[in-house]
Amino acid sequence: MTATTLSTQNLCRNYGSHIAVRDINLQLQRGEVLGLLGPNGAGKTTTMRMLTGNLAPSAGSIEICGIDLLNKPQEAKAHLGFLPEIPPLYQDMTVDEFLLFAARLHRLSKPKIHTALGDAKQRCGLEDRGRHLISTLSKGFQQRVGIAQAIIHNPDVIILDEPTVGLDPNQMREIRKLVRELGVSSSVILSTHILSEVENICDRVQIMHKGSVVFDQTMAELQQQGTSLEMVFTQLTQ
Amino acid sequence: MIVTIVRKELNMLFTSPLAWILLALIQLILTWAFLGRLDAFLEIQAQLLQIENPPGVTETIISPVFAMAAIVFLMITPLLSMRLLAEERRNHTLTLLMSAPISMTDIIVGKFLGLMIFFAMVIALIVALCMSLLLGGAIDFGLLLSNTMGLLLVAACFSALGLYISSLTAQPVIAAIGALGVLLGLWIIDLAAGETNHWLHFISLLKHFENFNQGLIDTSSIAYFILFMTTFLILTIHRLDGERLHG
Repeated sequence: MTATTLSTQNLCRNYGSHIAVRDINLQLQRGEVLGLLGPNGAGKTTTMRMLTGNLAPSAGSIEICGIDLLNKPQEAKAHLGFLPEIPPLYQDMTVDEFLLFAARLHRLSKPKIHTALGDAKQRCGLEDRGRHLISTLSKGFQQRVGIAQAIIHNPDVIILDEPTVGLDPNQMREIRKLVRELGVSSSVILSTHILSEVENICDRVQIMHKGSVVFDQTMAELQQQGTSLEMVFTQLTQ
Repeated sequence: MIVTIVRKELNMLFTSPLAWILLALIQLILTWAFLGRLDAFLEIQAQLLQIENPPGVTETIISPVFAMAAIVFLMITPLLSMRLLAEERRNHTLTLLMSAPISMTDIIVGKFLGLMIFFAMVIALIVALCMSLLLGGAIDFGLLLSNTMGLLLVAACFSALGLYISSLTAQPVIAAIGALGVLLGLWIIDLAAGETNHWLHFISLLKHFENFNQGLIDTSSIAYFILFMTTFLILTIHRLDGERLHG
């Protein structure tokens, strides 16, 4: 077990002449929850898509648990769980069918697959929804299925793109609790627009603006300085 | 890993009513054609006996049914292939596949094989239909084999092309119309050629299938079908890889 689960070096991405993301250097330790903040269009989603192998970087390298994502994508991706902004759900499947498919896709062996399914459902509060069609579930439950899909194979790095959007306050609290739990054994990257969410659940915060990281501190450091996250955010991104 | 994708594709196909409706319709149309040919055969059977070396039941009934099946396949392939990638993109589920530890080749080949298994089932039903003729006499198994093989290869070509066109868009309907247009074009392209040995004949999928339909297993036709199929599968893989590279 390596302590560093995810590291990137000088990660860049251009779309034509437009630079979406430049020189991102990330180091993530096991048991750390990183909050990624930034105004719309700051490059958060682009960064996450690169970290999960959905988008090839223009320059730079990504290592997941010491495995180079660009050279050995399949081995590296096995350590990764990803919930995109819009949860990738097959509406015609039941929750169980979908999660089993996700588990097989992540190469879980047959004997493990059913315990993993039960475990993921239990963690996301989906125990009694197994036989429901995904299309009949409410937004909050669909979001939970999305998270269950990302954690079913017990990945070392979990990347969640705005996991609490569209949820009611109770569901939000539950998801936050879940993220905290996940952060004990794995590393979590969480992008969000809700500053209090970061203050509550993250160990470290990075703020992105116009494609670069403009702020990177642990929550403890921030508290010592006595500055609020909101002040920092407004200062840096306006 | 391919098996996971194949299973998922078949699962999705058979949970929707589309597959069942198509299976029923294909069977209805082909049985209708089959019975029509059988009727005609029984009427002219007496006259056929008077000529030397008369065409058998396989040539007069089975071959036309397979020719008809090829046209039916051309019509339904776009309906089946349209959702393969276009719908994944529209529902944002392509991200799930792309972030999973599975290669692009596995995804595409899995989807292709899923569709081919469906076609293999349809073809098995057609063969069963033809086997019912054994109740009344003998059939030419060689001709039946070449027809089955030709139909399977031609279905593989249709599927590969449909899959590629589905990878170009996020709208399943556009994928269907595009695939139908291209398939029809490839089907009738030889009409534009006047002389018999014109190069356009070689491009036409119909011309190559005709060989199999008449019982001729032509290596160059097999080569054409396999080249056609692999070309479009590789193009699809490239297309999705390109999306990852260019965003």
